[in-house]
Amino acid sequence: MKKIEAIIKPFKLDEVKDALSQIGIKGMTVTEVKGYGRQKGHKEIYRGAEYIVDFVAKVKIEIIVSRDMVDLVVENITEAARTGKIGDGKIFIYDIEDVIRVRTGERGEDAI
Amino acid sequence: MPEIQGADTAFILIASALVLLMTPGLALFYAGMVRSKNVLGTIMQSFILISLISIEWVYIGYSMSFGPDVLGIIGNLSWFGLKGVGPAPSPIYATTIPHIVFMVFQCMFAVITPALITGAFAERMRFGPFLIFSLLWAIIVYNPICHWVWGSGGWLNRLGVLDFAGGLVVHLSCGAAALAAVLILQPRKGFGRENFLPHSLPMTLLGAGLLWFGWFGFNGGSALAANAIAGNAFVATHLGGMSGMAMWVALEWVHRGKPTTLGAASGAIAGLATITPASGFVGPNSAIIIGLLAGLVCYTAVALKNRFGYDDSLDVVGIHGVGGLIGTLCVGVFASTAVNPGGADGLISGNFRLLGAQCIGVAVVFVYAFVVSWVLFKAIDMAFVLRVSDDTENQGLDLSEHSETAYSA
Repeated sequence: MKKIEAIIKPFKLDEVKDALSQIGIKGMTVTEVKGYGRQKGHKEIYRGAEYIVDFVAKVKIEIIVSRDMVDLVVENITEAARTGKIGDGKIFIYDIEDVIRVRTGERGEDAI
Repeated sequence: MPEIQGADTAFILIASALVLLMTPGLALFYAGMVRSKNVLGTIMQSFILISLISIEWVYIGYSMSFGPDVLGIIGNLSWFGLKGVGPAPSPIYATTIPHIVFMVFQCMFAVITPALITGAFAERMRFGPFLIFSLLWAIIVYNPICHWVWGSGGWLNRLGVLDFAGGLVVHLSCGAAALAAVLILQPRKGFGRENFLPHSLPMTLLGAGLLWFGWFGFNGGSALAANAIAGNAFVATHLGGMSGMAMWVALEWVHRGKPTTLGAASGAIAGLATITPASGFVGPNSAIIIGLLAGLVCYTAVALKNRFGYDDSLDVVGIHGVGGLIGTLCVGVFASTAVNPGGADGLISGNFRLLGAQCIGVAVVFVYAFVVSWVLFKAIDMAFVLRVSDDTENQGLDLSEHSETAYSA
């Protein structure tokens, strides 16, 4: 099993979610995050004073999938989240040791 | 024998309530501009003064400000605890309404003036020393200045200085005190390095709206009767606010590239503060010019502050101090006896003397308020320490001073 963690532009969340449900992904965890990479922050002006805000608002989604689904999921996220401009985000893939469904105690891929 | 007029009494009662509303309005105006850890501390610094200053006013403040004159400098204490201030009209002030109604109208002005100063030392002042400062400031700065300008026999009043609703008494005096505070308290931790972003501009705009609404009572009510001068002051107030807002927003659009909501609120308050001393003495066209001037000069003043590196955190000097100053001088230029026969003619109507008197008023009030406020801040700092500790400043005033938080995580 793998965990796919993607940091994307917030307004792309719905498109990514729709794309993933079409390929049968049944759940995900979403967090509002801030950060910066190649995309620099933005400028804000208050009473004539300029402030540089370094951190840009992003959305982080986390999905656990079976090993054979990884390429398909990554392909779908990449397509749905891409605008072609700096700041489209990144995808990280991790190994997952085990998954447990709290309600039934099922383990492994059955619990995804 | 003066007779009570029902319409005048009703009008001043409503105007008093409107002026009271400005203090919580100011609290929101300021609170929106601070960080979320200092919201309640900032609100409280305005709100508690409704209590503190009203008590002071009833016992000694009213008598010091408007009581029987001593050498043009101060009212004596013969009206201590409102002795003799009752249902019968005063023979001198607002002779068509009960004396006690005039007293409470003036009380609301005394409350909001020290509240205005709090914007200068926002996010870093201890609550106890703040209360001591505000009480002493009301007694030895506000009351004397109020007597000089508005008290019967006050020496600036006798010189012919005109201040319709508080350009000197309220705005310049609080602006001068704010400048003293900025010099003594030093900038907030991280000033110039961290971003001090306003935590809720909608709150600030709501506060600005309440202030504008209350300002009709502040200036309109200063006619002290439901008459044509009140109507003129009402209109001038609105025109001052709207043109101040238009000018500020236009300037920043050209200068910085974007018209901002904080700029709109700031320009409106600058225009309203600036028209205050003039509102009952100038006509509508002059009011628009004064408002435009307010937007231009106050915007420039705030921009200069950023260049000098002063942490006048919420721009009390740039908006109220500078607004009160230019508004008072504008009375000397634009005042017209055609608008208010009880006033005087200014430069445009061919009278040079009024502008001279206004300049003296500005110099005297600024120097007195600045020097005494400076000494007060210094003395209270040495005795009690004005400023919160570094740890406390990081944590925020809401938790450290009040054991509350405005927003749950």
